[in-house]
Amino acid sequence: MSESEKTHTLLKVDKLKVHFELKRESWFSDKPVVHAVDGVSFDINLGKTLGLVGESGCGKTTTGRAILGLVKSTEGTISFEGTNLGLVPPKEMLQLRQRMQIIFQDPYSALNPRQTAGDIVLDPLLVHNIGNSKERQERVDELFSLVGLQKNQQLLYPHQFSGGQRQRICIARALALKPDFIVCDEPVSALDVAIQAQILNLLCKLQDELNLTFLFISHDLAVIQHVCDEIAVMYLGVIVEKASRLELFENPRHPYTRALLSAVLSGSPEIKVDRIRLEGDIPNPINKPTGCRFRTRCSYAKEICGELEPVLEEKSSGHWEACHFQTANNQ
Amino acid sequence: MTQPNTPNSDQIFSSEEITSEPDVKWRDTFHLFCANRAALLGLTFVCLFILVGIFGPIVIPADPFEMVAMPLMNPNGQTLFGSDYLGRDVFVGIIHGARPTMIIAVTATLVTVLIGITIGAIAGFYGGMVDNVLMRITEFFQVLPPLVFAMVIVAVFSSHIVVVILAIAITTWPTEARLTRAEFLKIKENEYVTASRAIGDRNFRIITKIILPNAMPPLMIAITLRVGITVIYEAALSFLGLTDPDVITWGKMIGQSRDFFFEAWWTVTFPGVAILLVVLCIALIGDGLNDAFNPKLRGR
Amino acid sequence: MDDSLEINEDAVLRVMNLSVDFDVKGNNVSILSKVNFGLGLGETLGIVGESGCGKSMTALALLRMVPSPPGKISDGEVLLNNVDLMTLSQKEIKNIRGKEISMIFQEPMTSLNPVFTVGNQLVETILEHKDLSRADALKEAIELLRLVQIPAPEQRIKEYPHQLSGGMRQRIMIAMALVCEPKVLIADEPTTALDVTVQAQIFDLLKEIQAKTQMSIILITHDFGAISEMADRVIVMYAGYKVEEGTLDEIRNSPLHPYTQGLLRSMLVIKPDSSGFKMPLPEIPGSVPDLLNRQPGCPFGPRCSQATVKCRSMPPNFNLGFKRSVKCWLADNGRVE
Repeated sequence: MSESEKTHTLLKVDKLKVHFELKRESWFSDKPVVHAVDGVSFDINLGKTLGLVGESGCGKTTTGRAILGLVKSTEGTISFEGTNLGLVPPKEMLQLRQRMQIIFQDPYSALNPRQTAGDIVLDPLLVHNIGNSKERQERVDELFSLVGLQKNQQLLYPHQFSGGQRQRICIARALALKPDFIVCDEPVSALDVAIQAQILNLLCKLQDELNLTFLFISHDLAVIQHVCDEIAVMYLGVIVEKASRLELFENPRHPYTRALLSAVLSGSPEIKVDRIRLEGDIPNPINKPTGCRFRTRCSYAKEICGELEPVLEEKSSGHWEACHFQTANNQ
Repeated sequence: MTQPNTPNSDQIFSSEEITSEPDVKWRDTFHLFCANRAALLGLTFVCLFILVGIFGPIVIPADPFEMVAMPLMNPNGQTLFGSDYLGRDVFVGIIHGARPTMIIAVTATLVTVLIGITIGAIAGFYGGMVDNVLMRITEFFQVLPPLVFAMVIVAVFSSHIVVVILAIAITTWPTEARLTRAEFLKIKENEYVTASRAIGDRNFRIITKIILPNAMPPLMIAITLRVGITVIYEAALSFLGLTDPDVITWGKMIGQSRDFFFEAWWTVTFPGVAILLVVLCIALIGDGLNDAFNPKLRGR
Repeated sequence: MDDSLEINEDAVLRVMNLSVDFDVKGNNVSILSKVNFGLGLGETLGIVGESGCGKSMTALALLRMVPSPPGKISDGEVLLNNVDLMTLSQKEIKNIRGKEISMIFQEPMTSLNPVFTVGNQLVETILEHKDLSRADALKEAIELLRLVQIPAPEQRIKEYPHQLSGGMRQRIMIAMALVCEPKVLIADEPTTALDVTVQAQIFDLLKEIQAKTQMSIILITHDFGAISEMADRVIVMYAGYKVEEGTLDEIRNSPLHPYTQGLLRSMLVIKPDSSGFKMPLPEIPGSVPDLLNRQPGCPFGPRCSQATVKCRSMPPNFNLGFKRSVKCWLADNGRVE
């Protein structure tokens, strides 16, 4: 592979913002705005996986959906293979969208209960009029075997499958149109632990075989560590830290990242980590704190944190952080 | 089931059922329907009524408007169900009234439901301004006194059967529209609808192939009940003399004999029971269809 | 080989041979089979297993809340301080629920009534169990909210569930469960729906309360991380059977049952050196058996890499010391891994 192919940027997101307007409380007040995603930028290279990790309200799911156009973005650009998606005419957009697909979190609600598994996987092919009837059936057979399902299960309905099997159907559906890029929105969070392993193995195998590029969204740091090349930590609509896999887990910088890691690790007997207790709850995205969004729960917060919002900067090679201070060394 | 058993345990334990017997869709739907005895009974009776409607007037060619007996005679050998206030044979009336009654009931229901579902689906799916406008229109039709409005339509245009059907449809569709809209608002939020959009499915197909089948259960019930209501409407219009005077329907028979109920119960009761049976049977069929199309009742 | 476990005489709760059956389309399906365990004073027992293993049903059975037309408790004794809960009348068992044994559930949003204020619901719970005036009950409610570390409780009292975050709602559930200072708190997946940082807060809270009041906790979850945080002893369940029991240390470091071993191996944990990038994780092949069509023999047999011909018959519970057992033929004759 040549150098340019190796670092080929497949998806580029630049200063993405997604704001939702809610109903007014009264005739005189303004419409409250939920700043679900408030200025997010990242690149994903071909064949790589970027992880988006964070807790509820951080905007990771909304980001994933905005990239696919399932949610309207308020500001910012999304570029696929260098093409700005905002400027593409609708007809061409349909073609482009085929190459970007999504796998949802809840396999129980992501499948139409009134369609058979085979029909569900056939749908994308029908919608885009791909091949003739025979070719489509062959493709469905191929997809079923690719995800580890039996051919004769095509006639069964979703409720007749287990959670793990349903997720396989979702994956088969996502692969039907031969996409290059897939948003995996918490694909294993709703599954039992032993099944998580099966599905993660399947996703990794498919990524290698089909040279797929993933945006992997999850709140589970262990899963993120297992599958992602690069990781971005989100909090209340912005990225607070972004680094390669090794860097993030070895040298976490941002106080939030460190608190997150300690919350997960303190149960483990091998790693002696003191829990960093985060006080309070995640603030409401409608009334986000002024200045740094994390300051209300941060033990290092100073006056400047309330006045000026920190910008995501590259603090060391490939390692970005949004913080006014260097808190990592003060352990 | 999806991963093979380890080679070791395969020898010891017989391999599990890989999948349940795969279904063949339509055959299975048919079987599920037939398994519902009540629905089967309903279907049988409705078929009977249809046969009566088609062949009745041929088998019994008597004229229902002809005066054949003394007015208000009990049911006896001469008149099976007795005679009404004009001496007309009630039994013959029922036989001949079957076809027009059922045609009007079913057709008016279909038109009503078609208008209602279309408007409700569009309003529920698109939301926003579209929803607003359509709902205001719906409300307008809902507050119109239905009977009065239907009367006006029939009086202005004609009492031809088509006009009667349309008059009923125009005044009663709001109920189905609201129901459909509510179902769409709910189902639209499901992830499988988002998944369809992610695949690039067009709105029309999402509405008809994805959301509508999931909205059917409550709609099916509403439709079957609508049949009965339509019959009553037609009866009311007939009573007011707004329908075709040359056509006899069960509703008309009830309407015309209302005043004689206490003296001659048979003039009202027999047509009433006929209506009751048809409506009940259609409701049972609707129930059976709901079950037959419910995927959760298949397989296991 | 005795199937029942030696249970401590001073155990707060002793469960013996608990079995629950369900009627599915005329067939009798065994959901829980002869489950035995004991719960000591101030101890946290973790019940871990995947969906359908029967862990939630165990909790419902303890409080006799198994939905009764399809389900029934077909056998077993549940001794709370030597009183068998299975023999109590409806009225008596209602007295136990919420008073001696309390339960909190997974989804605090649906456990709280959305049309009443938080204060209202707390006060109602208090008045249900204690003979106080409304004003006194309100004071106690505020104190309870303080106990579960909700800031500004006097204001929170007036708010509705939807105005509060998930973590706060769960704390309120805990407050409601603690009204009568129960001896046993059953927590069914209490933190699964909550964020990781909030989960940590809830666990800390439960541990603090436990230290103060010597309350015993039964923690039911599929998340082994939560078990590692909270549990002193662990029970592993599979297809309605208890397949292994031991202390947290024993289960985590020397699991005996192949299922437990498989479960722990396929679990993802954060590695400090970030090793094993995209390495295939060890899987437990196959999936959980269909309870309707049970095969004879060990329920885990078809998926077990160490199965032998012996496994065609159901292994008994082998006792391997105090409160340590495993339901596997491998433990027979000391052939323990």
